[in-house]
Amino acid sequence: MNQVNYSITTPQAQLVRVAEIAAAWHGRPDKLMDVILEVQHIVPALAEDVAAVIAREMGISQNDVYSFVTFYSLLPVRPSGRHTIRACSNAPCHVRGSKAVMQGIEDFLKIRPGETTEDGMFTYTLCSCLGICDSSPAIMIDDKPYGNLNYESVQMLLKRYIREDVDAWNR
Amino acid sequence: MEQMKVLLRNQGKPDMEDAKAYIATGGYDGLKRALEMDGAEIIEELKKSGLRGRGGAGFPTWLKLKFAFDTESAEKYIVCNADEGEPGTNKDRVLMSCDPHSLLEGMVIAGRAIGAHVGYIYLRAEYPQVRPILQRAIDSAYTCHALGKHIFGSDFEFDISIRSGAGAYVCGEETALFESIEGKRGEPRYKPPFPGVHGLFGKPTALNNVETLANISHIFRNGAIWFAGIGTKGSTGTKLFTVAGNVAHRGVYEFPMGINLKALIYENCGGIADGKGLLAVQTGGSSGPFIRPDQIDIPLDIDFVAASGGRLGCGTVFVIDDSNCILDIVRNTQDFFAYESCGQCTPCREGTIRVAQIVDKICRGDGSMVDVRALQELIDMLRVAPLCGLGHSSAVPIASVLQNFMPEVEKHLDGDACVWCNTQKGGRS
Amino acid sequence: MAMVHATINGISVAVEAGTTILEAAKKIHVNIPTLCYHEDLAVKAVCRICVVEIAGMKLMQTACSYPVSEGMVIYTDSPKVLKARKTILELILAHHQQNCLSCAKNGSCELQNLAAELNMSHALHFDPETTNFPIDDSSPSIVRDPNKCIQCRRCLEVCNTIQTVGVLSVEGRGHDSKICPPYGKQMVDTACVNCGQCLQVCPVGAITLHDNEDRYMAAREAGKTMVVQIAPSVRTTIAEALGEEVGTVSTGRLVSALKILGFQYVLDTDFSADLTIMEEGTELLQRIQNGGTLPMITSCCPGWVKFCETFYSHETEHLSTAKSPQQMFGAIIKTYFAQKLKLEPGNIFSVSIMPCTAKKFECARPEMHASGYRDVDLALTVLELARMIRATGINFAELPETPFDQPFGTGSGAGEIFAATGGVMEAALRTVYEIVTGKTLEKLEFTAVRGVEGVKETSVDLGGTVVKVAVAHGLGNARKIMDAVARGKSEYHFIEIMACPGGCIGGGGNPTRSWQKVRQRTAAVYEQEKELPIRKSHENPAIKEIYHEFLPGPCSRKSERLLHTHYINRQDIL
Repeated sequence: MNQVNYSITTPQAQLVRVAEIAAAWHGRPDKLMDVILEVQHIVPALAEDVAAVIAREMGISQNDVYSFVTFYSLLPVRPSGRHTIRACSNAPCHVRGSKAVMQGIEDFLKIRPGETTEDGMFTYTLCSCLGICDSSPAIMIDDKPYGNLNYESVQMLLKRYIREDVDAWNR
Repeated sequence: MEQMKVLLRNQGKPDMEDAKAYIATGGYDGLKRALEMDGAEIIEELKKSGLRGRGGAGFPTWLKLKFAFDTESAEKYIVCNADEGEPGTNKDRVLMSCDPHSLLEGMVIAGRAIGAHVGYIYLRAEYPQVRPILQRAIDSAYTCHALGKHIFGSDFEFDISIRSGAGAYVCGEETALFESIEGKRGEPRYKPPFPGVHGLFGKPTALNNVETLANISHIFRNGAIWFAGIGTKGSTGTKLFTVAGNVAHRGVYEFPMGINLKALIYENCGGIADGKGLLAVQTGGSSGPFIRPDQIDIPLDIDFVAASGGRLGCGTVFVIDDSNCILDIVRNTQDFFAYESCGQCTPCREGTIRVAQIVDKICRGDGSMVDVRALQELIDMLRVAPLCGLGHSSAVPIASVLQNFMPEVEKHLDGDACVWCNTQKGGRS
Repeated sequence: MAMVHATINGISVAVEAGTTILEAAKKIHVNIPTLCYHEDLAVKAVCRICVVEIAGMKLMQTACSYPVSEGMVIYTDSPKVLKARKTILELILAHHQQNCLSCAKNGSCELQNLAAELNMSHALHFDPETTNFPIDDSSPSIVRDPNKCIQCRRCLEVCNTIQTVGVLSVEGRGHDSKICPPYGKQMVDTACVNCGQCLQVCPVGAITLHDNEDRYMAAREAGKTMVVQIAPSVRTTIAEALGEEVGTVSTGRLVSALKILGFQYVLDTDFSADLTIMEEGTELLQRIQNGGTLPMITSCCPGWVKFCETFYSHETEHLSTAKSPQQMFGAIIKTYFAQKLKLEPGNIFSVSIMPCTAKKFECARPEMHASGYRDVDLALTVLELARMIRATGINFAELPETPFDQPFGTGSGAGEIFAATGGVMEAALRTVYEIVTGKTLEKLEFTAVRGVEGVKETSVDLGGTVVKVAVAHGLGNARKIMDAVARGKSEYHFIEIMACPGGCIGGGGNPTRSWQKVRQRTAAVYEQEKELPIRKSHENPAIKEIYHEFLPGPCSRKSERLLHTHYINRQDIL
């Protein structure tokens, strides 16, 4: 694993909102996941200052927040792009040509898995089964699943995201 | 063979997240019946039905509930495992989407059985579209008094809330799932103590798969005898099968237990897509074995599949056509296990990655019999020594390939690089 | 308790229900190898080295976690078991740096021992694959080498659960996972209180002592006047560190060894412990009489002090302003002692031998320059001293006994018992009682504050004024008391807190601890204290002398300047 650069400063206004969310669950460590999932939509990443605020407000320690966050593959400690593309790398997608889909994404965005485009538009990662195996190969962009893709169609899809015209596709 | 739609009986009907619509189809009748019974009677009814867990292990459901029932505690929990992470499986997503109340009803009945008043549904984060459906169903159940205090006028109360995962296959393991709900890393606990004694928040807990719990509602609506009459002697009821991979018609199918695997693939799913031949079938998800085309003429029944060295597991049938190389597929599968190992126990943390590395080495044509022997050593250890089920089953795929596809493996050894394998490598590792 | 019967390797054994296979096997002298298991810590069952076969079970079970049940047939030595264990060990070794000869744990490494025990006499079946993470030696007390970590998770429990400091996390998942502080932080930037309890439990060289022997060497080479003080507990653990029986007290031999190691003056920290009692005891009486902040809490323990500054940053006014014995002595050595012996204070290299890794942090605190110089130049631990003795070729067992140098070579029994939890409290009570009441104590032993219970309390009638006191050791126990203090609900007048479980005698700079050893060491401390001629701080003639010749009196302005300190707020670290 590469050394991770954690020096991200989260804007104060966001930290205040994080504190509000976390403070509601002081003394309820079991609510950590819910807090983090909510916070995730506010801050660019679950960075050190965010973890410190969550820990303080919930009455747990920062190392527990960090241990927790780094365990789950969908919780980023580094800033992600505006959209996160997750491409399923498991066998059911693999046998239906997920490699071509991944190649399509990489060629189009010029990034490798785990990277973010320079304009900060897309973060691209691989993931385990998304449960859309009836239309594999599948990917998920943010909360939206897309199936039956190939090298060309995934690039069409990404173009729509860039044009902010993705609703038509989803229809 | 005709599908038999019990769990999926409401598939395609509108507004099934509305409790009223569900009630109109006879829904919650089972719960009303269960409310007139005590815990022991409910468990007895489940025992008569012969229902076994649909998540993978096939453990008798009544026995699981009985463990929690027998443990004295003011607080107990029912947990629904909706962390459907097994690659190639989406039956629970389909079931929760088309008939969420059948799950809720099953949970309330299970709660009634063991004396629990709180239930959690642990839903994987990869199903964001399911969460609002479940939430609307829960809200609607409260409105119709199927949840909350005084359920259907009785003195029984039960609450259900949804908890989310965040991308960890191992959280499908019951104790890892508890840890995750408790706000910790999803690392399995050593057992004993078992969940029936010391489960979620340290209290007696019964954890069941979505499909298992939904089945409970049908058992109480139609009776244990009806249920026991479906399927085979050891595996009663219907089963959801997710058929994925290179078949013509992929999807979730419902059949009585015991349906023939070959018939399922060739008759119901239209055979292999694009007119290709069959290379292998993996049953039971990623942790299941790969079998050859000449091994697929078997009934899909929990005990029969197990006896033939396989695993019915969660009912996944992953079909692979002959344009693939089995070594490449098993490499992908072992990569998956290495990636999803929680890293807590040594055998799994260090073993799964080694298996993946050696399989990759063989794929690249750099392997020899020495590597095969090293694999065998790892397989033997991984079967018995890791802390949880993920570790125990992590070597099943490669073990099955060594057993069923040894000629293919030998073709890759000693510098004979496989062209297909070399073009397919990529992705995570 | 009901008994259950089982057979292990064909030998029958009867044990209480709930006994683990590991414990049952011990009863019949069957040795099951372990790695993550530690007798004082919770069962983790993660290394899986102790797997055994149970008849009728497909899976192997870990002996450390699995309870014996009636009729169980267990095999700890079947070929299947031995093969599985060896494969697991090989996997660990293949992911572990093989530079044992230059590792601080060489010779005392549990993994090394296990490899020998399991007969790892052949080349590994797996390609060695080691990591190359940077070594973190930013902490003055410990060095973390993540490349040697085998993820037994003992340190996690000690830091997060027992000490509740919460510095270490598990980063990532699976093969990439790693035990480290969160967000790539260096140890020095964390809330680490330097207690060193993590290095006490680390089975390998992943967490080791920050060795400062080189600084001693450099000072000796530079021709400095070498002065050393010896903490109360060191005389009870140094022999153990050199392989003698636990609880062997070796004061005289220790002085001889230090003389050989080039120290011109070997002094006894028992003396400055007595000085601490005079200052701290007086401060307590003043606080009680003048309505000062109560409860007053001891400040001898630098781990505890940093913990308080970090986690209870608003409660530091409860800490006694008296410095620790180490720092009091440091200030005295470079002032009064130097004057008396006509030494150039700037040329003195003042060393302390401590059971404690946090003392390294304490002596480097910027405010500890009361003498005009750095008061204590170097704090060495028992572990380092033992290595120095060995490396010098000193035959410690055969050394003659040498008395301490004077004037500060005399300590009382009260100073001596600072070594164990409750010792500071007991020493203080002996003196405060006699000063306040003017009466002689009939029984010197305050047994209520002795022992290994996490929080102890008692009250003492000081001629009409009843003083309520409490003692806590281990920072998790300190929290129990401090939460009440922070809420303003504490009824105590005086509290002793030590960071390490068991007190200094269980400190991080000692040879590897276990509760059993800590109990034996503690017994030895109290045993020899009984025999000492002077057992009360205020009766120590050296104490009388210093207050006569150098200091106007306890808590005088000169004392305040040399022997008292102030605290800082460290809550921003969190």
